[in-house]
Amino acid sequence: MRRLALVASKGTLDGAYPPLILAATAAGLGWEAGIFFTFYGLDIIHRKKHRRLKVSPLANPAMPVSLPPLLAALPGMEAVATAMMRRWMKAQRLPEVSEFLDMARESGVKLFACSTTMGVMGIEREDLIEGAEIAGATAFLDFAANADVSMFV
Amino acid sequence: MTDQTMAPDAELDCKGLLCPLPVYRTAQAMGRLKAGEVLRVECTDPGSLADFPAFARQRGYTLLSAQDGDGVQVFLLRKEPAR
Repeated sequence: MRRLALVASKGTLDGAYPPLILAATAAGLGWEAGIFFTFYGLDIIHRKKHRRLKVSPLANPAMPVSLPPLLAALPGMEAVATAMMRRWMKAQRLPEVSEFLDMARESGVKLFACSTTMGVMGIEREDLIEGAEIAGATAFLDFAANADVSMFV
Repeated sequence: MTDQTMAPDAELDCKGLLCPLPVYRTAQAMGRLKAGEVLRVECTDPGSLADFPAFARQRGYTLLSAQDGDGVQVFLLRKEPAR
């Protein structure tokens, strides 16, 4: 059986989708898949925070409406950028992050929570979604050592 | 390519869905089929034309046909007996 090993290090809405989509696809292909959620990426499996991930308009030249940096830094602009992205996703029937997490769990994707990040950010086991496994880099590398595809996203 | 008019054992509508849902749902639907049975899938994600041959290859299914017309892609997949 093939294996996919991903590192998810970004805690933004747009940063959450690539690893979740790749893992769901791997499961669909009959592969084993595991994601190591580290640093801000840990927010993706945080019980509360995964429902309010945001898109940053700052230092993001790919925004559809180009904003001068000072304008992008204004209060409320992040909410605008996030609402816009959520609206597009909904219109295209792309599942929410929580639905992707459900898909990951129902298809046996391993969700590794980086224990160092938990220590640094003061995150406890009960702050994480059901099914997350606390692991250090060693346990993840042991999983990734037998991976056919591994990526840092 | 095989005749698209052959009667499939099951059908799946993935129109309006983007990657990874067409492949993900197809994988679930194939799981419910018996060996030798055929699934017909309709998609509108243009990526599916590349994704379905890859999906079949990875799972060991046979892609009997892939057709693209009017923005809808139609695939016939057969679940092979375990070897």
